[in-house]
Amino acid sequence: MIKNHNHLADLKSGFTANLVISASVGAYGSVLGLMAAQKGLTWYQLLVMNLSVFAGSAQFVMVDMWLPPLPVIEITLAVLVINMRYLLIGASLSPLFAGTSLRHKMCFMHLVADENWAMTMARYHKGPVSTWFLLGGGICVQSAWCFGTLLGHRLGAVIANPEQYGLDFSFVAVFTALVFSFWKGRQNILPWLVAAMVALVSESLLPGKWYIVCGGVAGALVAAFSATSDKEKLHD
Amino acid sequence: MIETTPEFLTWLTIGCAALTTYTLRLGGLLLAGRLPKTGRFKRFMDALPGTILLSLIVPAAVAAGPVGWLATIATGVCSVKTGNIFLSMLVGIALVAAGRWYGF
Repeated sequence: MIKNHNHLADLKSGFTANLVISASVGAYGSVLGLMAAQKGLTWYQLLVMNLSVFAGSAQFVMVDMWLPPLPVIEITLAVLVINMRYLLIGASLSPLFAGTSLRHKMCFMHLVADENWAMTMARYHKGPVSTWFLLGGGICVQSAWCFGTLLGHRLGAVIANPEQYGLDFSFVAVFTALVFSFWKGRQNILPWLVAAMVALVSESLLPGKWYIVCGGVAGALVAAFSATSDKEKLHD
Repeated sequence: MIETTPEFLTWLTIGCAALTTYTLRLGGLLLAGRLPKTGRFKRFMDALPGTILLSLIVPAAVAAGPVGWLATIATGVCSVKTGNIFLSMLVGIALVAAGRWYGF
């Protein structure tokens, strides 16, 4: 069937498009593996966490809070706050999922991470892209995530001093490299400035990772209510 | 009283975190269908990916100190000029590693 062939092609192209960024996912995953080993998590507990939670920054905070007896409620709340952005990420994907069944949505949404979402949205701004591209990217990121974290867990001595090699900075570097694919021109200046300022201020005032949601929403609100974007976005 | 062995707590914690994350992922997608797709709301949703990513990095980049600032700027410039994400990322990490190597 031609349709299935297209699905497979999209899956493959999503997978390859995310290979490069997955290298960095594996790199910072190895740091998580190291931390998890020190906290006494076994490799299979880490693997189950990777497969079921599959959210980098949330897993870092989980492992950071991993002290017996486990504070289940505190950890769950922290995960909720850090991952609040997935509400917005999920909402932003709705044009891609238009016309798909609930089962399709339920199966495909689990493998949405920051990286393959950003890759998919960057492509979406240039032309049509399918949910199979998104899933292909998710499989790639998930594989790298599992590989990196388990490598870090098993071969702890190899990266005994991750800070020394700048690996803790890889997170910032990855997203800095990615964010510019969303730059659409001058109409972005004010929303981005507001997002950056609000993120900085709320990061120092609020606990946890609320600053991600605060900055993102504030910046997007400015974009929604600014007059210039009315005329510049002719395709609306 | 629920039995609270360390093993049980481990799986409960992982289970709660997984359920929370999945609910947010699917919830966002399902709720979006009930929201308007034109005008201000569309502009809001269009702007979100960029502003969220930016909010994610700015505090971390600022906290990384002078070498981190330089590395962030270099990463951004490289990304804009070349469009190569991996190369841009390597430039940033290499600068931070070099900075720390020389004791900055």
